[in-house]
Amino acid sequence: MFNRREFMTAGALAGAALAASSTGCRRTSYGFLNDHQASALEAICDQIIPADDFPSASQAGVLNYIDLQLMGHYRRHQKTYRDGLRQANELSRNRFGVELAAASPQQQFQIVSAIEKDNEPFFDLVRAHTMQGYYGTPRHGGNRDAVSWRMLGLDEPPLRGRAQYDLTAETKR
Amino acid sequence: MKHVNAVVVGAGAGGGIVAKELATAGLSVVLLERGKWYTARDCRKDDLRNQRTTVLGNAFGPDDGGQPRVTVGADGTVRTVLPSEGIYNNDAACVGGGTLSYGAQAWRYMPQDFRMRSTYGAPEGSSLEDWPITYDDLEPFYDKAEYEIGISGDYSGTPFKGPRKRDLPMPPLPPNREFSILEPAAKRLGLHPFHLPMARNSVPYNGRGPCMRCRWCCGFACEVDAKNGSQNTVIPVALATGNCELRTECMAAWILTEDRGHARGVTYIDADGKWQEQSSDIVVVSACAIESARLLLNSKSRLFPNGLGNRYDQLGRHLQGHHYTGAIGYFDFDTYDDVGPGASIAVTDYNHGTPGLCGGGMLANEFIRLPIHMVDRVPKDTAHWGLGHKQAMRAWHRRSIIIMGPTQQIPTATARVTLDPAVRDKWGLPVARIQGNVHPHTFEIGDIQSKRAEAWLKEAGAIHTNLTGGHPTLVSAGQHQAGTCRMGDDPRVSVVNKFCQLHDVDNVFVIDGSVHVTNGGFNPALTIMAVAYYASDALVRNWKGTKFRS
Repeated sequence: MFNRREFMTAGALAGAALAASSTGCRRTSYGFLNDHQASALEAICDQIIPADDFPSASQAGVLNYIDLQLMGHYRRHQKTYRDGLRQANELSRNRFGVELAAASPQQQFQIVSAIEKDNEPFFDLVRAHTMQGYYGTPRHGGNRDAVSWRMLGLDEPPLRGRAQYDLTAETKR
Repeated sequence: MKHVNAVVVGAGAGGGIVAKELATAGLSVVLLERGKWYTARDCRKDDLRNQRTTVLGNAFGPDDGGQPRVTVGADGTVRTVLPSEGIYNNDAACVGGGTLSYGAQAWRYMPQDFRMRSTYGAPEGSSLEDWPITYDDLEPFYDKAEYEIGISGDYSGTPFKGPRKRDLPMPPLPPNREFSILEPAAKRLGLHPFHLPMARNSVPYNGRGPCMRCRWCCGFACEVDAKNGSQNTVIPVALATGNCELRTECMAAWILTEDRGHARGVTYIDADGKWQEQSSDIVVVSACAIESARLLLNSKSRLFPNGLGNRYDQLGRHLQGHHYTGAIGYFDFDTYDDVGPGASIAVTDYNHGTPGLCGGGMLANEFIRLPIHMVDRVPKDTAHWGLGHKQAMRAWHRRSIIIMGPTQQIPTATARVTLDPAVRDKWGLPVARIQGNVHPHTFEIGDIQSKRAEAWLKEAGAIHTNLTGGHPTLVSAGQHQAGTCRMGDDPRVSVVNKFCQLHDVDNVFVIDGSVHVTNGGFNPALTIMAVAYYASDALVRNWKGTKFRS
């Protein structure tokens, strides 16, 4: 077992390594998604979690998360993604004459709303996976630099040990 | 392979205790566990892969490879489901079972919980029944469990509890912010709030330190080993006697019987995939309600063509768990203090005594929320996605409290485990098929519990509330699963006698949640443990076999 100091040091090193690997460059190619699929998925994910003062889904690494899982635990969902993304692009071409990625944010919103209604199984999967990639642990390739946790005001890395907490005020209440 | 006195199948809450009690009494024991032995170092704090949020798999088993189950929906839809899907009704598969990663609420049931039929009468269509034993029979063993496993908490705030000889061995953890908000509100409502009991060290106990109050608790192994399960209490004691051998990654296939109808051992598949036979004087089945029923159903022979203990078609019936309902309150001030385990305050005022309701359940605040838990818990008028959802996450994650509780289910004989006729696991064994539902009165009780939770939150200052619960169409029997090997005096309507011994085969015992006749309005772990101490005590007292042979 590590003692406390070693543990903190190891944690800091691991954190630094993670930061280096995840902020250095954005992946331009994925393992499962081709570029065409990736750009459509990026549009959908960024409608589900858009950017404001804090990053959007894709900025936080959600595509990276989904792509990794589609080659791993979510291998069984590959077909749903392939078909769903193709249909999303078709829908965008039919309505607006352009691929989903090239549509305006307002048009993308309309397409995603249509998918939510007409292709519920696909939408539900993408929504769930987007939320997982954004709000889940960074260890699976999403939530880059724990950005969503910080957005929610959670310490990252967390404070460890009960001595960190001033519980006396609440005990005396 | 050397003959032993007892084979215990399953190293969870029940089996760990049985192994320890038999081994310390001098019996030779082989403890079979299909999962691995994890430790504090396997905590991993993985929000997406633990025993509670399983979207990327179960951290402590079973994994998704080759261990499916089959469910039959209310409309007859048959589905093959993976262990990481909620509908699988999983409990962990590892040394410690669910107790490695549970939230560790450690409740005694109330005296009425053992006398449900006598107290309320059985609603039509239900199989509500009394236990053949009472709270008083179990009290010494609840006490033993509380001291040997190690429980913290303080029952002194409530009059709604069974009599107890002494206090819990450890004081409660200092209150978190939710406790401080909810306690005065409950008192204003005339309720009796108190520090709920937890199998968690609040002070050093049993050679291990106290809880460090982190964010990753329910569903995770404890990083500082302050959470008490069978894996860090009774199982090490069992092994230290020298009389108990733990064999991990060993899957029991069936119980062997001889021509006179006695069990003679267990056939299992070891970690290398080899089929093995372990002969023994007695067999103890402690595999958790669904897998215990499956093992007995799979133990077919000429004398027992429908499985062991299934002479009257009772095996696998009365499957139950808990119907969780409650409410989420949203506040205009911070409620979140990032101090685990989170769950801290409970009331038991609503467990019994409401006219027109067959019982009720305990209500408590929920374990500390990870961000992923909040995604589907934003206020009900919030957008499902988009900027509105993101803003709601920011607005409410630190400003919400969940109160909920395990509504006691009213069981039915048609909620059951059988063997699926087609689907087999990776070892070629028929898998469990789950079907049926609890009695609809359960949902009437649950809906009222939700309203009660909401009223408590409003009294505490909630400005909005959501009710949670719903009416599931399939029996919900996951980590709290119980009832498939009902305990009773009459062999025609039960599977084991009041000492957890099969009516049909006197050297086979079922000692886990399976024997629960009803499952109380509480988390069941401590009751499983108390029953394990009680049944082991009877077993050892009646043991006429040979002593440990080296």
